[in-house]
Parts: sequence; structure tokens; C-alpha cells
Amino acid sequence: MNDRFADAWALLPGYLSEHVVLSAAAMALGLVVSLALVIAAVRSERVRWPVLAFASLIQTVPSLALLALFYPLLLAVSGFAKSVFGAGFSALGFLPSLLALALYSMLPVIRNGVAGIVNIDAAVIEAARGVGMTDWQRLWRVELPLATPLLMAGIRTAAVWVIGAATLSTPVGQVSLGNYIFSGLQVQNWVSVLFGCVAAAGLALVVDQLLALIEAGLARRSRARVAAGVAALAVGIAAAAVPLGRGAASSYVVGGKAFSEQFILAELMSARIVAAGGAVAQRTGLGSAVVFAALASGDVDVYVDYSGTIWANVMRRAEVPRREPMLAEIRAWLEEEHGIVMLGSLGFENAYGLAMRRDRAQQLGIATIADLAAHSAELSMGGDLEFFSRPEWGGLQSAYGLQFASRRDFDPTFMYQAVTDGEVDVISAFTSDGRIAANDLLVLADPAGAILPYDAIVLIARKRANDDTLRRALLPLVDAIPLALMQEANYRVDRERDKETPAATARWLESEIGARGN
Amino acid sequence: MSVTADARGRPAIELRSVSRAFGRTVAVRDVELVVWPKEFLVILGESGSGKTTLLKMINRLQAQDSGDVLIDGQPTSAVVAHELRRRIGYVFQRVGLFPHMTVAENVAITPRLLGWDEDEIRARVEELLALVNLPAEMAPRLPAALSGGQRQRVGVARALAARPSIMLMDEPFGALDPITRDALAREYRSLHERMGLVTVMVTHDVLESLLLADRIVVMRAGVIVASGTPHEMMNDPRDAEVRKLMDMPRRQMTRVAAMLDDAKRP
Repeated sequence: MNDRFADAWALLPGYLSEHVVLSAAAMALGLVVSLALVIAAVRSERVRWPVLAFASLIQTVPSLALLALFYPLLLAVSGFAKSVFGAGFSALGFLPSLLALALYSMLPVIRNGVAGIVNIDAAVIEAARGVGMTDWQRLWRVELPLATPLLMAGIRTAAVWVIGAATLSTPVGQVSLGNYIFSGLQVQNWVSVLFGCVAAAGLALVVDQLLALIEAGLARRSRARVAAGVAALAVGIAAAAVPLGRGAASSYVVGGKAFSEQFILAELMSARIVAAGGAVAQRTGLGSAVVFAALASGDVDVYVDYSGTIWANVMRRAEVPRREPMLAEIRAWLEEEHGIVMLGSLGFENAYGLAMRRDRAQQLGIATIADLAAHSAELSMGGDLEFFSRPEWGGLQSAYGLQFASRRDFDPTFMYQAVTDGEVDVISAFTSDGRIAANDLLVLADPAGAILPYDAIVLIARKRANDDTLRRALLPLVDAIPLALMQEANYRVDRERDKETPAATARWLESEIGARGN
Repeated sequence: MSVTADARGRPAIELRSVSRAFGRTVAVRDVELVVWPKEFLVILGESGSGKTTLLKMINRLQAQDSGDVLIDGQPTSAVVAHELRRRIGYVFQRVGLFPHMTVAENVAITPRLLGWDEDEIRARVEELLALVNLPAEMAPRLPAALSGGQRQRVGVARALAARPSIMLMDEPFGALDPITRDALAREYRSLHERMGLVTVMVTHDVLESLLLADRIVVMRAGVIVASGTPHEMMNDPRDAEVRKLMDMPRRQMTRVAAMLDDAKRP
């Protein structure tokens, strides 16, 4: 418990800095655009309705989806810029988060700003015109000052929303306090999740109070209060921005998806790169499609993917080949299409498998998926969030004629518990998951070969294809991690008691690999 | 109305065949009107007669659909609207003090827009507060802390701040209690004399128009139906409706006079 708290505490400066700078930049951008739209909307009824409708519409898009949508959008824009101007930009991390959060901040500012100005006493507006103010003078001297209380309330709401929603920028590759939450959720480190929530809430609270101070200062015409609030915000943002300034521009970016094994492998690779003399920045907790696109565009230098994922999701191949020709074809395709180097396989597979409680399987006399087919009509099936939409599921159904009584989607974290508790009879387990052994689950054999091989493979981006440091650091990992070792590593992170951090587990794994290599 | 145009000099304000409609409702129809230097003109009419629209066309708070408005012989359409308004004082019933500005800042607004220097502005504000009989300690207060009468005094001071020669007043004292109203009206009339202003005031109060005006024009349904001095209006109204209008204060006056007579009787 104390260790986990200390680990979380050590990560705070980095996460908090990124979170503050992202939120501040998004608020600044959002405010500029919002105020321009407020001014346009109060000057013209014809503009007002579409502006308010647009701002409300954005709010109906879930913030996570809004963030996710900006990645492919920016990737397309970057590709276009590359073809036209010869230079693209990074579509991962800061930029999509900034744009999505800026959009997200707009509704309360626009709505309150418009209401604040439109509802000003008509006599005051008539007087402003009567004394000879121009439209701009009226805006600056009368309308904006009188709308300030409502506008500030809107800005405070927006700031709290943005700081909260910024935790969701982790899956698009932006480090934030959300890293605590996403990684903690995946490895069931509740201390980490709680730490992230408390830190984000604390930050939101502090910012809200500083904005309240500015608001009170404006209302009471107290320059001291306004100055104090503005200065405190400025100092906070500057303090957060300084450590980012010394960022290592030439560091290696190690990517990872959002589950325990990926966190461990990212830590393992990072430690090896650092040992080989390289600087490392980690971008973990990324979506599966996001991390591959990031590798292809060079935003991520190296990460571990799985042959079946590349085959089915990236190459869009439907057939199920044998392992060796499949790896050879993937290697050639990645090289040709994206210049990506497949360094090699780590030595284990994290495939999909159908798993049952061992006692339940024995009771029903089930050892293979073919046996399962005979009973499937009375059994319930649980899958992770994407399993039922994957080609494997279709392949399994047609190969064995599976027809379950019911099926449910689970977050992978809860799926193993659900089958252990008997909530469902069968799950789509990941074969390298430590909870298979720990919960005494049985992975059913696949005699028809309907399930794709999922070898863990190290992929390196085009620009690092011939990088010596990277090769020196990572080549020793090829064929060095057997399935049982990875399962045990995963279990150290996933288990309920004596839970270890991915970093600690990576150190343990490193020593195990060293011991076996000797 | 025996004085000729030549004897009075050039008209301060001239409306030539001015019309304005809102949708299908004609608010002002083909109005011709001349206001002379130093004249106190009252436009008398019921609500909806078009008198406010007519007033607002003089400083371009409303645009006319057709016709010309001339100030000192120059068409207002030739001047930028906000510059025109800085030269003309404007006072209206709802006052419209800027609630976030102090009394002094309200009064100083037009000089500020005109870019006067701050010393000049400070002196002018002091002078104006004295002129409208407001104690100097009111200067740093916000409008919310003032009574209705005090607010309108500030409104008048604000309108006078940049030394306009023309004042437009839209029922300026209409919302005040009768005693404040009478005091403010008399004080303003004397300011008008002392400063040699041109004042155009809109009201629906017949007695007020009789007591303040040099000349009254009566509007009905967008047109001027009568024009003359208060004396002419009381004694020789050509229009039957105007006679009815003037009858009311006359009746009231007679009854009040009778009461005074009763009181004198031993």
C-alpha cells in the first residue's frame, strides 16, 4: 500500500505538469474561440442559434469519443500537409487532446456569455448608443463588464470540465493525471486510480477557487484580488511548463496498449533502452489502433503488438494461416507498407482462447472447443469489449457451430472474476493472462485451428529502423520470454494481494530473463 | 409666430419630409419641423403617436426611411452616427446609467470617448454635479445607491458633459414623483436658459408641456396636427382634438382656483 502510494507520488510531477499545461492551453484556445463566437452571436440573431446549437451538439458527444475522433482526423490532415507542404506534424498526444478539450470547454462560456450580454437592461444599451459609443466601445465598456459575472461562472464551469476531461487524453497518447486512472484500472491498482482522481479533483478545486478570486475581484472592482488570482494561475502554469521545456527531444518513445502485459513490456523495454544509453519517454495506455498508427507515423518508436492483431485488424486478412508463414508475411508487409521493422517474437503468444472454470469443464466433460459446441446452447459466454466484433469470433462460430444461450461484454479486468464467480460459463481469455493459472481456469483446445496465432512481436518505426541503441537494447528479448514466465509476470500485477507495479515486475522479469539466459 | 426665419438665424434642427415605418405600421409620416436656436420645443402626443421615433431620428438612434434631418444646416446622414450622438445630449425616462460605473464615471463617459484629458474631465464632472444640484460626495457612488431623482440628475449631467448645444429629452421626468418632477423640470428649464441650449422634449403630459415649452407641437398617428406657443394652444386651438387636450388642465386649473378662492373667503 505504502509502496504503491510512493510510486504514484513519484509520478506526480510529470503527470501534473502535463495535465496543467494541456488544460491551460485548451482553456486559452477555447476562450479565444468562444469569446469570438459570443461576440458574433450577440451581434446577429442569425448567427446566435447555430452557434448555441453547435456548442450544445459538441457537448452531447462523449468526451472520450471526441478525443478519439481527433486522432484519425489530425492524421489525415497531417498526411495532407505532408503531401502539400512536405512537412506533417504529430497527430498523437498533445494536439488532438488540445483541440478536443478546447471544443469541450466552449459550451458553458458561449452559453453564459451570450445570456450575460443579451439580458443586459435595454435602457443601458440605449444609453450606450445615446452617449455616442461605437459597437466596439459598447462591447468593451458596457456589455462585457456587465456580462462578467455570468461569463466568469461559465469559465469556471469550463475549467472544471476541461481538467476532468483531460484525464481522458491518455488513450490518445497525451500524458495526464489520467495515466494513473487508466493504468490503475487495467492492473487493478486502486491506489493509483484513487490517486489520479484525487489529484485531478484537487487541481480542479484549486483552479476553480483562483478563478473565483478573480471573479470576486472583478465584481468588487478590487485590482488586488484580480492580480492575485491571475498571478497565482500564471505561476502555476509556468511552474508546470518549465520541466516540460527540458524535455528530451531525441528520446525514444516507447508505446503500449492499455493492459498489464503491455505496461510491463513497456517498462522492460524502457529500462533496457536506458541501460543502453538512450533517453525514454513512455506513451502507454493507448488504444490498439492508435498505437499502430502512431508507430507508422513515427510518433512512437517501438512497442509490442501481436501477430494476429496485425494480421486481422491492420492487414484486414480473413484467413487463418499457420504460424511461421504468417509471421514471414507480416514482416514483409510491415516493411513494405510502413517501413516498420519487426525485430522478432518475444517467445510467447497472447492469443484469444475460450476458457472455463476447470471444475465446471470437467463436470460437463469439456476439454476442447469441439466438446463445448455440444453444450453451448445451455451456456453463457462473456467476451472483452471488442471480442464479439472480431473475425475470430465469426471463425470460431462457423468452425465449431457455437451457439450460446446468452453473451455479455466485459472489461477484461472483470471478465476473469465473472467466470470464476460463475456469472458466465465461458470467457474469451487471453492466453498469457496470469489469472488463468491463478483462478484455475482451463483454456480449451482448438483442434480445428480456428484461432489465429498471436505471437508477441517487437515493432520498430521506420526512422529508428537502423538505430543501434535500440537494437542493442531489445534484440536480447527476442525468444527470451516463454509463456509461463509472462503469465507469472502478469499475475504479479493483476493479483489482488501483494500486487506489484509494472515497473517492479519488469525488474523481476529482467532478472528472470538474465538467469535463464546464463 | 410672427418672427421670421431670418431674424432667428439658421435653424438648429430641420426635418424635411421625414417618414419612418415599422413593418406595416407607419410611425412618422412626412413630417416637416424646424427648431430654432435657444428654443425649448415640446412634442406632445399620446403613446404610439410617433413622437419618440421622431426624436430618435434627430440623433440617428432611429434611421428615417425617407426625408432629411439637418443639424445646423448639415444633413445628419453625412456624419458618422456615433460622432453625431457625442455632439447631442440625450436623456430618457429609464435613464440608463451604466450600473458598473460610478456617478463620476457615468458623467465623464462622453468626454472620455472624445479623448479629453483627465484633469479637464475631473473639473468638468465637478462642475456638472454642482450644476444639477448633486453633492460632490455622490461622485464615487454606484447608481444603485441613488434615488430616482438623483439618478435622473446624473442622467442630465451625463447628457450635458461634452457641452452639446442640442438636448433631446424623451419623457425625462416621467418616472419621478410629482414633487421631484416639478423641481427637476424647473431646474432644467433654467439650465436651458443659462446655457443657451436647444431643447427638444417629448412628453404626454399636457401641463408639463404648457409650463416648460417655448413652443408645442402636437403629434397624432405620425403627423403633426398642431403647432404653437403654450398661449396659442390654450386660447386659440384650431384643432378640435387639441382643444379637448387643453381642456383638461384648464378644468383642473379652474377647480384649483375655486378652492383658492374658497380659502380666501372669510
